[in-house]
Amino acid sequence: MKKDLLGIGDLTPDEIYRILDTTEAMREIGQRPIKKVPTLRGKTIVNMFYEPSTRTRTSFEIAEKRLSADTLSIAASTSSAQKGETLADTALNIEAMAPDMIVLRHASSGAGHLLSRLCKSRIINAGDGMHEHPTQALLDAFTIREHKKRLEGLKVTIVGDLLHSRVLRSNVLLLTTLGAEVWVCGPATLLPPGIERLGVHVSTDIDEAVADADVIMMLRIQQERMHGAFFPSTREYFNTFGMTRARLKHAKPDVIIMHPGPMNRGVEIASDVADGPYSVILEQVANGVAVRMAVLYLLAGGAEGD
Amino acid sequence: MSKTLLKGGRVVDPANGRDAVFDVLIEGDRIARVGRDLPVDRGVAVVEVPSGFVVCPGLIDMHVHLREPGHEHKETVATGVAAAVAGGFTAVACMPNTSPVNDNAGVTEYILKKAAKAGLARVYPIGAVSRGQKGEQLADIAELKQAGCVALTDDGHTVATAMLMRRALEYGGMFDLPVIEHCEEPTLRADGVAHEGFQASALGLRGIPGEAESIMALRDIALAELTRGVVHIAHMSARQTLDAVRWGKSRGARVTCEVTPHHFVLTDEMLAAPVAYDTNVKMNPPLREAADRDAMIAGIADGSVDVIATDHAPHHYDEKRVEFDRAPFGITGLETAVSLCFDRLVHAGVISIARLVELLSMNPARILRVSGGSLSEGAPADISVLAPDLRVTVSAARMRSKSTNTPFDGWHLRGGVAATIVGGRTVYQNDDAAIGLLMEREGR
Repeated sequence: MKKDLLGIGDLTPDEIYRILDTTEAMREIGQRPIKKVPTLRGKTIVNMFYEPSTRTRTSFEIAEKRLSADTLSIAASTSSAQKGETLADTALNIEAMAPDMIVLRHASSGAGHLLSRLCKSRIINAGDGMHEHPTQALLDAFTIREHKKRLEGLKVTIVGDLLHSRVLRSNVLLLTTLGAEVWVCGPATLLPPGIERLGVHVSTDIDEAVADADVIMMLRIQQERMHGAFFPSTREYFNTFGMTRARLKHAKPDVIIMHPGPMNRGVEIASDVADGPYSVILEQVANGVAVRMAVLYLLAGGAEGD
Repeated sequence: MSKTLLKGGRVVDPANGRDAVFDVLIEGDRIARVGRDLPVDRGVAVVEVPSGFVVCPGLIDMHVHLREPGHEHKETVATGVAAAVAGGFTAVACMPNTSPVNDNAGVTEYILKKAAKAGLARVYPIGAVSRGQKGEQLADIAELKQAGCVALTDDGHTVATAMLMRRALEYGGMFDLPVIEHCEEPTLRADGVAHEGFQASALGLRGIPGEAESIMALRDIALAELTRGVVHIAHMSARQTLDAVRWGKSRGARVTCEVTPHHFVLTDEMLAAPVAYDTNVKMNPPLREAADRDAMIAGIADGSVDVIATDHAPHHYDEKRVEFDRAPFGITGLETAVSLCFDRLVHAGVISIARLVELLSMNPARILRVSGGSLSEGAPADISVLAPDLRVTVSAARMRSKSTNTPFDGWHLRGGVAATIVGGRTVYQNDDAAIGLLMEREGR
């Protein structure tokens, strides 16, 4: 493995499979009565969360604790960023205390790359702006593989705000690398220009995109996007792109529905779909802990031991 | 009066139709004679110019940010003109987005005083179109002209409204001041930080389409026709803008344009590699796609482009060592332009050296209506001596600019500067290509 995990592009297909296979073992730890192993004992991990996060932050913290790492978390709202310190200076100060790894969530694309250039610590990108969220894509791939036993050849349809989504970018890179047929669908105002060059099918017709899909991944629609005139109203968005039971009928009978959270019920997804039998949304969250344990293990300890 | 004879150089002076080996006799601050095998009178210092070196009218960079007053941590007039002469430029025109803005005679005079003290390149201040560059009221344009401004611009921003641009063209026209326009339709530009295209999409950076530039260029060309004013399109980057300029010229509109070296050398692929999210490839307008880069080269070759200017935009390294979307726009350019032009245009077979001298000297002098641009007898002795085959390794650390924000650090290029002469005084000589000119001490 490379020093850092900044994006899916940092991983070879073999390394992706190794992470997914290691995740199986890690998940077993979470099912024990004592959910803790000494793997990362003596390792220090700093979680720098410069953006609000519930799921990802909790997931990383639980993963770190289950591996016995010493961890601490810094939120931008309580850090020196409030006093005007730059990210570079904050990182250099933390680096001076010699942590082994830094997990960074930040609103700016490429923030992890900046840290990577400044720090010897390993950097794990926990979501940078509109760029990537690699551990989300890994947990999504793990969840898909659990249900479908493979990734190659599956039709995976990703629907929503493609332009602003880091989950989209990481998933497209990972799923196309592993041979899935990826469709992306959203309003024309929210399509990243040139996205087809990543090897995906692009459609603004949700029925076409969903037809015969094995997997449907819904992306969060941020309400503030309406002010940018990307679409007229959440009502019209739901009517045009929202996932409903009626639309699901075009998909494969054993389709699974995914969502990286947080969900806007009634905007991008109907509640009866989110809570329905096809939904694996909470499984994704559960698998997130195991995937992050695998990533932490392989980056920190596993790489040396193997 | 000191007399210096530059002997045996290749004199490239398109304004006088010269491109051959000539001698140039400098007397005091003037060019006295240009001719073959000029006699060597007593008291003339003879400088043998090595074969292949080019003696041309002093290069003029008509788009430079000297940052003073107000941003002296990035650059000062003194460090800026030191960078200019090291880059072969005998004159620079400096943008008014200082603090305070150069929208009144006091600021213009301050800049000129600093320039006189530095005593290196000539400095031509450019005044603001609008007071405070706020896009509301016209600045005191007559006063700016009188104080020494050679053009008007709200650079950094587009002139905010069509009506204000119209007034600037009409009113500035009374004083023969061209309006230099930073073309950018603000709502399309929005909060973009990179060219809108595949690279920005893949990296999750907000995009700025080429049309943000071309739409404004089309507006301004229409207004130039309406008013018979003179508009100069700054740092053109998009192929659509070049088409707009060609269209305007074909209609007889008084429009000219410039391209920066980085826009004819680099593309937005630099966002991803060799250093992903390198803030030294963040500038406005942004690096665009290969098709745009190639269009700029074609425009330089076919005469549609009038000027190469650097948009030298120094920033302190602290300001650039931040998240990409928070970094200021701009890179330095004065000390890399000549090498990039030779390497990528002349040696690549795109243009002749004579055409390069048009782009870097003759045309900027004509557009700004300043002295220079030719080696005519009796003209001020502003002369650049260039070494077309000099092997240059760009070193940001060795530059004279106060800032090091260049994406060209470490590049190996063919072509460089041998010496720079301003008003008959040798103000720069390159140790790697020394020709034995007598250096004066820097400053006066």
